[in-house]
Amino acid sequence: MAETHGHEAHGHDAHGHHEEGWFVKYFWSTDHKMIAKQYLLTGMLLGAVGAYFAYVFRMQLAFPNKPVPGYGLVTGADYNALVTNHGAIMIFWVAMPVLIAAFGNFLIPLMVGCDDMVFPRLNRLSYQIFLVSALVLAASFFVQGGAFGGAWTSYPPLSAKAEYSLTDLGPTLWLAAVALEFVAFLLGGINFVTTAMNSRAPGMKAFDIPMAVWMIVIASILFMCSVGPLVAGAVMLMFDQQVGTGFFDPDRGGDPVLWQHLFWFFGHPEVYVVLLPALGFVAEIITTFSRKRLFAYRTVLYTTIGTGVLSFFVWAHHQFIAGIDPRMANVFSVTTVLISIPIAEMTFVYIATLFGGSISFRVPMLWALAFIAEFLMGGVTGIFLGASGADIYFHDTYFVVAHFHYTFFPIAIIGTFAGLTYWFPKMFGRHMNETVNKVHFWITITCFNGIFLPLFVLGAAGDHRRIFDYGNFPELSQPWMQDLRVFATVSLLIMLAVQPLFLANFFYSMFKGRKAEANPWKANTLEWQCPSPPPHGNFSPLPEVYRGPYEYSAEGRADDFWPQNSPT
Amino acid sequence: MADSTTIRARPVKGPPIIESELLAMIIFVFADVMFFAGFISAYALVGARAPIGWWPPPGDPALPVAAAGGATVALLLSGAAVFQAGRAAKADLAAARRPLAVAMALAVAFVGYQVFEFVRLSSGGFTLQSSANGGFFYTIVGAHGLHAVSAVVVLGWTQRELAAGRLTRAAFSAIRLYWYFVVLLWPAIYTTVYL
Repeated sequence: MAETHGHEAHGHDAHGHHEEGWFVKYFWSTDHKMIAKQYLLTGMLLGAVGAYFAYVFRMQLAFPNKPVPGYGLVTGADYNALVTNHGAIMIFWVAMPVLIAAFGNFLIPLMVGCDDMVFPRLNRLSYQIFLVSALVLAASFFVQGGAFGGAWTSYPPLSAKAEYSLTDLGPTLWLAAVALEFVAFLLGGINFVTTAMNSRAPGMKAFDIPMAVWMIVIASILFMCSVGPLVAGAVMLMFDQQVGTGFFDPDRGGDPVLWQHLFWFFGHPEVYVVLLPALGFVAEIITTFSRKRLFAYRTVLYTTIGTGVLSFFVWAHHQFIAGIDPRMANVFSVTTVLISIPIAEMTFVYIATLFGGSISFRVPMLWALAFIAEFLMGGVTGIFLGASGADIYFHDTYFVVAHFHYTFFPIAIIGTFAGLTYWFPKMFGRHMNETVNKVHFWITITCFNGIFLPLFVLGAAGDHRRIFDYGNFPELSQPWMQDLRVFATVSLLIMLAVQPLFLANFFYSMFKGRKAEANPWKANTLEWQCPSPPPHGNFSPLPEVYRGPYEYSAEGRADDFWPQNSPT
Repeated sequence: MADSTTIRARPVKGPPIIESELLAMIIFVFADVMFFAGFISAYALVGARAPIGWWPPPGDPALPVAAAGGATVALLLSGAAVFQAGRAAKADLAAARRPLAVAMALAVAFVGYQVFEFVRLSSGGFTLQSSANGGFFYTIVGAHGLHAVSAVVVLGWTQRELAAGRLTRAAFSAIRLYWYFVVLLWPAIYTTVYL
């Protein structure tokens, strides 16, 4: 069934047995692996842009009103635009395309054992729309008034009226870019779910699906459940900006808090949309490098689904000081603290998986373990913010900033590095240099903590997150506070300075690295049972599945791994 | 998890529970339902927060409940025609063409009425900008109208594919689902916005 569907949908273009032109191969391909690489490289490029923004505004915070090398003097408007777009880019144009779109596209067909996505041309369209969305976002920097600076949450009335935001077209382009990006991921997500449902290799039952695939599928479903209200809100906000409607304008019967509900109804599940794929990668990596079964596979799966459901009932914890009824705040405090239970359980499951295993500290394993440790910090600090009483104090301080960076940095950056270093041999058929990657790992992780640990302290001391020059606030410009800001910025500088090391290793190894065999990590899942890199069509013949994905160290076998497609 | 000592028999793969085309449409329709749920709950929230007697705002005209009710009947009949097309197609796909043509005519009538209503109301001073109520009215009804227009285009495409004998049953069931969505969404909008 899978093959017939695939070929029907492939049509004639770019899928025949003829030699493809350069343009068709790299820009008009319907091959899921090529689309994955397009998403990956676009995401990495935008990640560099987001990192550059962080560099500029961190420099402004540490050394206020001095020209920033490579940028110049940062004005208040610049600062707002940089912070806004740093957040938006890192979530919508880095975490989403890399974790879900790039890895989802690359892994799902390979891990479920089929030749391509069910709807390859829809897949190509998805990337093209994504690319347009990135271009629209880039365009917003070059219009009258400059880029949007009303924070990535885009609250009206600041975002709704040009006389408040002082940017006329910027907010509209920003919203259009976000909406287009959602269309791209809607198309991608339809493919992910359909492929995982209908194109699985014969014999692969629901509980034989690798956790990474389950996680990406559940994340896609969460995304599709939550994105509708935000798109509706985006339409309304865009009308408020450009047509002159009054949806969010209290003078004309509108309600500004309405936007916050629509935004966070999407925004909170979105955290889990990007978290789940990273959790999936970690599950693949720690089982492979501890040579053990995933502890409690079904529990992890059910927990993930439960987390997904619960994630729709926590959104108002972002609005505790927005004037919502305190009784409602209590309800959302309870649900918010409840959601830490499944995530804590997941952490324990991973630790139980590691327990008693024969662990080898290869680079992907280091990243996976770092993910667990650092994300734990993010989760624990979240409890303070979920409690509405404490949140009234912490709201909009650097404590919040540090908290969500302790969740999003492990997700978007550590998760990506874990996935990239683990699947690099499969993607490009070559190995990366491990020593270089280990140096890069240790410096990056140390500096990450160096950036954000001080911010917890600053936040608890009352450092408000939307101030670009603390010089005007004597109680916030005490020398020890400024020292911590400088410390955080210097940590960031060191962290950014080692990233070229990884990039050089990445691109050098892509072409010149040591050749990788089909299954360098001796893993069980199907993607390792086809050549590295997988050819067009992935498998020949298509695999059949006889067992679950985590049968490591099975008794009575000479090998300590047991590929899913091995009949004996 | 299989016992490590037994080897499972050679696997077999049955047909999918839901055809891929239909599954894709189910997911899309679900996302779209949430899109309209966003609008409708926003409308309900703003209405509920307004002071008593101020929603809909006193200056706004009464919406044409009866005329829009007639359009609602036309749209529901069009849904019934598509249902009939699905039944007719069980024996022979080509037999779906006549009921589909009826459905398309009714859908065009519905969209035509909406355009007429928009022109009439806006010329009377009730516009997107006149109040939050007006904004909601045009945005929600307009978003549904755009869906109806897209569905008319899809029905036309379906006619062409049926005539050429190219339409697959899975694609046809996906198209029918989309049309049911557009039809059944309307009563929800009609009861919240008009009544």
